[in-house]
Amino acid sequence: MERSTLDLWVGLFVVAGLGALTILALKVGNMGSFGGAATYQLSASFTNIGGLKPRAAVKSSGVVVGRVDSIAFDNDKFMAKVIMNIETRYKFPKDSSASVLTAGLLGEQYIGIEGGAEDAMLANGDALKLTQSAVVLEKLIGQFMFDKAAEGGSPK
Amino acid sequence: MAADNLVEISGVSYAYDKRHPVLTGIDMVIPRGQVVAIMGISGSGKTTLLRLIAGWFKPTRGSVRVNGQLIHELDHEGLYRMRRRMGMLFQFGALFTDLSVFDNVAFQIREHTDLPEAMIRDIVMMKLQAVGLRGAHALMPSELSGGMARRVALARATALDPMLIMYDEPFTGLDPISLGVIRNLVKKLNDALGSTSIVVTHDVQEALDIVDYVYYLSEGVMVAHGTPEQMRASKDPLVHQFVWGEADGPVAFQYPSRNFSEELGLV
Amino acid sequence: MFNRGAIINVRNVGHRAIDSVLRLGYAARFFALTLAHSGTSFRRPRLIVRELYFTGVLSMIIILVSGLFVGMVLGFQGYQTLKTYGSESALGILVALSLVRELGPVVSALLFASRAGSAMTAEIGLMKATEQLSAMEMMAVDPIARVVAPRFWAGVISMPLLAAMFSAMGVYGGYLIGVVVIGVDEGSFWAQMQSAVDFREDIVNGVIKSIVFGIAVTWIALFEGYDAPPTAEGVSGATTRTVVTSSLAILGLDFILTALMFRGI
Repeated sequence: MERSTLDLWVGLFVVAGLGALTILALKVGNMGSFGGAATYQLSASFTNIGGLKPRAAVKSSGVVVGRVDSIAFDNDKFMAKVIMNIETRYKFPKDSSASVLTAGLLGEQYIGIEGGAEDAMLANGDALKLTQSAVVLEKLIGQFMFDKAAEGGSPK
Repeated sequence: MAADNLVEISGVSYAYDKRHPVLTGIDMVIPRGQVVAIMGISGSGKTTLLRLIAGWFKPTRGSVRVNGQLIHELDHEGLYRMRRRMGMLFQFGALFTDLSVFDNVAFQIREHTDLPEAMIRDIVMMKLQAVGLRGAHALMPSELSGGMARRVALARATALDPMLIMYDEPFTGLDPISLGVIRNLVKKLNDALGSTSIVVTHDVQEALDIVDYVYYLSEGVMVAHGTPEQMRASKDPLVHQFVWGEADGPVAFQYPSRNFSEELGLV
Repeated sequence: MFNRGAIINVRNVGHRAIDSVLRLGYAARFFALTLAHSGTSFRRPRLIVRELYFTGVLSMIIILVSGLFVGMVLGFQGYQTLKTYGSESALGILVALSLVRELGPVVSALLFASRAGSAMTAEIGLMKATEQLSAMEMMAVDPIARVVAPRFWAGVISMPLLAAMFSAMGVYGGYLIGVVVIGVDEGSFWAQMQSAVDFREDIVNGVIKSIVFGIAVTWIALFEGYDAPPTAEGVSGATTRTVVTSSLAILGLDFILTALMFRGI
């Protein structure tokens, strides 16, 4: 095999391999977003975070505006404290609310922020006061059964 | 006197493990410029002796001196430097199958020197001319016959004009013409390059015609040595059986076994 | 109870165990030697380039074709299963994550071991049997530096590239079946995939896996060839051992790496 032909094939091989990697990174993965935008931190406390995990999305009006940085248990208030990294270009009023929502029926959980009405904006390190915890399936079923039992009992 | 001997072997014994000694108490000298044969039947330890000279193994006892240096005491660098001045022809050539004849012969030159390609080409062509295969330089080893492959291997082994050329069974399996060719080359190259040659073989007639001295090994022990004429005229039964190819003698025809009548149930 | 036969068997098992440990030690030393003698490979990149052709380029066809088929099967099977939960739109996620995290690195490594690994073992075993390695040593050229190390680095470089090609073809195969043939919505196929496949967590981890597999497979293939008995049966036995040992190593390492990498997810 001629040296130049060999070099050509090996070159093509390496290009194909790196190309495949690039395709995977850009088209298949989500490297396109969050390359390194500047973020500031907000926190929120929930009675139950359900299945929320670090790196879960933080969305407002369905658009990703940040990521969950860390989740810790606050032993004084007996609540879950969630710290989020929000992109600097998005500002939320001080009375905004945060809820733990589920994406689809089997989907992962994420935090949804609904903007409030105040003029003053949340700054780095502030906490969102209004929170709504995750819907826990067992409690929902328990509630349903309780309602059913009450309904069955009352006409008598 | 010592400076005239390229290789000096004194009291060398070698064993893979304690129960299987391969060589015992070997004493040998190989004077510069001579062609020396090491002969013996299969398994007598002659290839091991060759490898000891080349520094492949360390003798369990005794010393091997090549060009004045104890070859088994050299470090990796020293051994490689010594090996650059040796050439070995392996039994079936051992050419690199992925390189052409030309590249095979040029291998050592390219690896160890910085000579320009034009000069390398000249040297390779000269070496191939010496073994009569200059026209085959573009062929691949798979396209060569056994005899041709061995000649190319010889050109490769002598590419850097070594001071010591070693042959491991060079005559095995060749047709009479190729045999004659190789036999001539061994003697011619040795004299032309001013080298010393060691030929390990059990081809008696071929070897006795070209060598200056013979060492005969049997079961790892040196039992006889002398000039070819002395070997031919020897009355020693072991040597006599080997030189004249007798079917039975000190080396028995029958593998050790029970008495034949007992075996057949006649007794 | 402890008759002679039993004692002999126990002794044999002990011998084999000790032999295996000795062999493992030899293999480790071989690995260290290969790394130590890699200087020649990097000073003369031509050697690596040549081996890249034989390990990488010649494996491309089987990798691409297999990747395509695996992706198509994933598309099929994935659709059947997701349909029962009404989550067909998640097909893209299923195909992509399965490939990038697991099937890409693992299956391409298994194929690489069978094709390129066994070829390397046979080549080196044959060189040993025909005394080419000894001839090289006699010419004061270290066979590990000249023959083994370039092949090692070629294998390590090829593996992640081949795994990426496998995954990319697989995703395309899943797309072909899912979107083009079955009719899953194209937009949600890609969009959900992109939101679920994380570059650092999934793709980079997949690349790390394939590099580890590349090191393991190439090391095993080269060692078996170098250590093979210099006979025809020896070489053929070594080739078989390469494929078997590599496959077990790949699956074992995959388990360990998966446990380490995907713990929290």
